[in-house]
Amino acid sequence: MKIRLLDIAHARSGDKGDTANVGVIALEPQWYPLLERELTRERVARHFAGAITGGVERYELPNLGALNFLLHGALGGGGTLSLKTDAQGKVFSTALLRLELDVPDAEARHLRLPGAGG
Amino acid sequence: MTRVVRVASGQGFWGDWLEAPRRQADGGPIDYLMLDYLAEVTMSILQKQKERDPSLGYARDFIGAMESVFPAVAQRGVRVVANAGGVNPAACATAVRQAARTAGVSPNVRIGVVTGDDLLPRIDALLDDGHALANMETGEPLSTIRDRVLSANAYLGAPPIVDALRRGANVVVTGRSTDTALTMAPLLREFGWRLDDWDKLAAGIVAGHIIECGAQCSGGNCLYDWRTIPDLANVGYPIVEGHEDGTFVIYKHPNTGGRIDVHSVTEQLVYEMGDPHSYITPDVIADFTTIRLESAGPDRVRVFGITGRAPTDKLKVSIAYRAGFKALGTLVYAWPDAMDKARLADRVVRERLDRLGLQFETIHTEFLGASATHGALAGAVGDVPEVQLRIGVRGPDRKAVERFTREIAPLVLNGPPSVTGFAGGRPKVEEVVAYWPALIDKRVVTPVVTMDEP
Repeated sequence: MKIRLLDIAHARSGDKGDTANVGVIALEPQWYPLLERELTRERVARHFAGAITGGVERYELPNLGALNFLLHGALGGGGTLSLKTDAQGKVFSTALLRLELDVPDAEARHLRLPGAGG
Repeated sequence: MTRVVRVASGQGFWGDWLEAPRRQADGGPIDYLMLDYLAEVTMSILQKQKERDPSLGYARDFIGAMESVFPAVAQRGVRVVANAGGVNPAACATAVRQAARTAGVSPNVRIGVVTGDDLLPRIDALLDDGHALANMETGEPLSTIRDRVLSANAYLGAPPIVDALRRGANVVVTGRSTDTALTMAPLLREFGWRLDDWDKLAAGIVAGHIIECGAQCSGGNCLYDWRTIPDLANVGYPIVEGHEDGTFVIYKHPNTGGRIDVHSVTEQLVYEMGDPHSYITPDVIADFTTIRLESAGPDRVRVFGITGRAPTDKLKVSIAYRAGFKALGTLVYAWPDAMDKARLADRVVRERLDRLGLQFETIHTEFLGASATHGALAGAVGDVPEVQLRIGVRGPDRKAVERFTREIAPLVLNGPPSVTGFAGGRPKVEEVVAYWPALIDKRVVTPVVTMDEP
């Protein structure tokens, strides 16, 4: 089934130069392994294709149930150079939470993901 | 009972809530009040102010903040650590002294001033000595923009602040110190941690990172369950309750709003995070993958387990330089077909700029209400009630940017229909001051501490 990231994670984003960072945090600790497995660097790069000009890096923080993504070339030059409303990348957080993951029905039920029934 | 040191955050950036410092000083017992004023571009703004008036160049909000906490400082022993000095810490200290005299508390105010971060007067000598000050992101040498540099400051660590506190300062004013040093220094001073006790220093850095953005860890800008966060109008700013062993608790004063829990603290921990294994500061490299959080009661989170390792032999340098001009113009288009009207207006403006032969580095268009923040990810927009067209240009030629600002208002009469929202007048041309991050050898930067005694 499709699971919207917004329903299983929260997030905060910020900037460093022309790079936006998005920290994605599992709403429940037992959902973190699913994020680590499914929310890959490639998956996030595909999500933001066309919206950023550089690559994507991913770091794992199992201690916080969180993944940290660096989105390069995301901010139109960044800082004061940028003409974007979101020049500091503050709402890349919720832009990422729009992403939908494919999760096997049985696993979704086992993990008691929102909307999984069971 | 083991001894604790309480460091309260009263300001997360220059422009933060004016009420916060006094609320922290008066809302319950604290030992230190930490005020962070400097963002990446703040130094260049201050440098421009200092060029116009040599007695300026510091965060002037700090003087009002000090006036609001003088009773706590002069009578109750609260000490203040702030990077409000900007590019002119001495002038900042003079202004605090003057305010203390006016308030009648001057005999009880001992100001420590930390300088040595300002590299602007030394830039050519440093370049001549082979310090390239290359851009950390692009690798370009500083020589490509040397003639446009406005300010250059090394990020100093905690030791000079500790030195000022040891010499009896109850107000420490710094220039470009790291944000985290403002919190770490009081812990270092009070617990007497060794400068190579990496795990404890790293804990001080993590404590600093959590509270350096003020209420952003205590319910402000918190996405997790945001509707239920209580009483944001009365939000409590965070306080570190530090322990000698390097563990600490994040809490806030009683009877304040907001929320401190594992979720709110975790959101702040990942804010502006790079490689979590290496959070690099002048004093230590902290490993954020070792941080453990646990609830320690209502609005209390215990933080422990943090490890760190020796720092590099470099300091980060923040350089600001002139990078051309920019302007932003907006118009609002109303239903029906608001989006189509705004798109047509954008095409009209671009065609007119083109026919005028105006050159820009970039022209950027957004449609607020449809796609400005999430772009194509927002999906198809229906027939929305209104859309704000927002067009920006940036380029080296001030005249071209100036001409652009004259091309927005005419659309009200000679562009697509159902247009409004132009009451703000013609867009303003702004000079762009850009940020150039670099590294420099630690050994060529010497922090200086001076005392301003009553």
